[in-house]
Amino acid sequence: MRRAVPLRICLIMGIVMIIQFFIPHRYSQDFYTKVLDWNIIIGIFALVLGIQSLFHSEWTKVRRRRSGWGFSVVTIVAVIVVAAIGIWGGIGEGSVFIKIYRNLTMSMQATMFALLGFYMASAAFRAFRARTKEATVLLIAAIIVMFGRVPVGDLVWHKLPDFVEWILMYPSMAVQRGILLGVALGSAATSLKILLGIERGWLGGSK
Amino acid sequence: MIFIFALWCSIKSPDGVRAYDTPNDAGKSINIEWKLAADDSLLVGYEVFRATNNDTFQYVGNVVSGNRSFKDTKVEDGLAYRYKIRSKTTNEYSDFSLPSAQVVSAPQWYHKGKTITLIGLLLFSSLILGAIVYARKGKHLFIRRIAGLDELDEAVGRATEMGKPLLYVPGLSGMTDIATIASVNILSQVARKTAEYSTPIIVPNRDPIVMTVTQEVVKEAYLEKGRPEGYNADNVFFLTDSQFAYAAGVCGIMMRDKPATNLFIGMFYAESLLLAETGNMTGAIQIAGTDAVTQLPFFITACDYTIMGEELYAASAYISKEPLLLGSIKGQDYSKLIVLFFILVGSIFGLMGNRVIISLFNI
Repeated sequence: MRRAVPLRICLIMGIVMIIQFFIPHRYSQDFYTKVLDWNIIIGIFALVLGIQSLFHSEWTKVRRRRSGWGFSVVTIVAVIVVAAIGIWGGIGEGSVFIKIYRNLTMSMQATMFALLGFYMASAAFRAFRARTKEATVLLIAAIIVMFGRVPVGDLVWHKLPDFVEWILMYPSMAVQRGILLGVALGSAATSLKILLGIERGWLGGSK
Repeated sequence: MIFIFALWCSIKSPDGVRAYDTPNDAGKSINIEWKLAADDSLLVGYEVFRATNNDTFQYVGNVVSGNRSFKDTKVEDGLAYRYKIRSKTTNEYSDFSLPSAQVVSAPQWYHKGKTITLIGLLLFSSLILGAIVYARKGKHLFIRRIAGLDELDEAVGRATEMGKPLLYVPGLSGMTDIATIASVNILSQVARKTAEYSTPIIVPNRDPIVMTVTQEVVKEAYLEKGRPEGYNADNVFFLTDSQFAYAAGVCGIMMRDKPATNLFIGMFYAESLLLAETGNMTGAIQIAGTDAVTQLPFFITACDYTIMGEELYAASAYISKEPLLLGSIKGQDYSKLIVLFFILVGSIFGLMGNRVIISLFNI
């Protein structure tokens, strides 16, 4: 019974949504909008569970003095303080909440994003070592593409940028589309398996 | 003066005005088309006027020169409308065109443009179901080796031997993303193995809905293996819904707890390399799986094994070896054959200048 009800809901909703896809009538569009609204509503309820989980796991780290428990204290304090500022001070333009978001949150996110440059360099160094035939091809292709993408490439050979475009538009694109084709069929097959109740991993088990 | 007079004389009213109900829509929309005026290049644009049966014509909108159609989305379903067009220069207007025939807007119950999708869906579903029925009869189905999935056992075993946890990152997308569902299916199999070996599993989540599902999945796996006491609710938790804060959090877990095995399976974005490189630095064995084509190169570079694209969706079947699930992979392969056939034939026809096959799929 515990499994049967979600499986039936999944089957019915899945079939209804497939049918909805082929109906452009506004009743169908309204229904689709309502389903999306419900998705948001469920998401908001789940967010409460998420926050509860966050507090529980971080508090447990502090209580047990686990490695890095100081960060947990910062997390708990930050969540409470920023939420309080947002609730009582508002979240409109010019509010303290927005200032915190722009000057702290966005800066920290940009910092994490900026790290990508260094990580790419170290990953590229490892990937481009010509230890095998495949890695050698990768190395050569990468050098050509890198040179073709900077002004100096044009100076080395004026047709290099065009050649790079060809590499990206044909061999690279062909492979990407091949992968995407498999992904599309794979996702459709997974959806079908879930609708029919053959795939039950998402419910916690196969039985 | 002569020039202006000549220009004025050249402004002709557009003709051939045709109005029709917008096809395959939710109603409240009418398309109007006309033939471009011979002096179109001299014009600023066209103005569209509308009238119901007994009303006078009212202005409803305009388009710049070179356009020969207009979509009126301010109409009521069931009312009859007529349309007239006139062209304009910077300071002059042409006469009105002859009015169009009466047209009524109505919503449609079937999108004719999606017929090829419907046929594809029915064919694809039939092939999958056929392959499942075939598998049900106990016939042997060959599935090629997927290195990343073969190594899962060893990866869990390594964490067990080292007495360290296994980190499972279910991607950054929500449950509406099929890649996340595939990831949860794989998590179900991985959690069974960790339950069997008594290896701690850490699952940080970015989406609260995904968190509730992963909690349930891991808990069920431990129950199924008869080790409910091994399940630690604190290890399957919500981290944050901010992309880079999540990346920072997971990197922190990797640096502090030093998991022996990292599994990144699901949908990833720009943070993929941050996660995989940090894991690589800690010396963990790493298996990644995603259908995000743009992130695959990063995972291939920084991880020991990468489950690519459709392998992600086949993983659950591959690990569980359940005949019904394996059958669906076979059906998927046959569908791929059909698609490849159409790509090949369409390309040959296209090269010969025949677009019949291509236009079939012009959805």
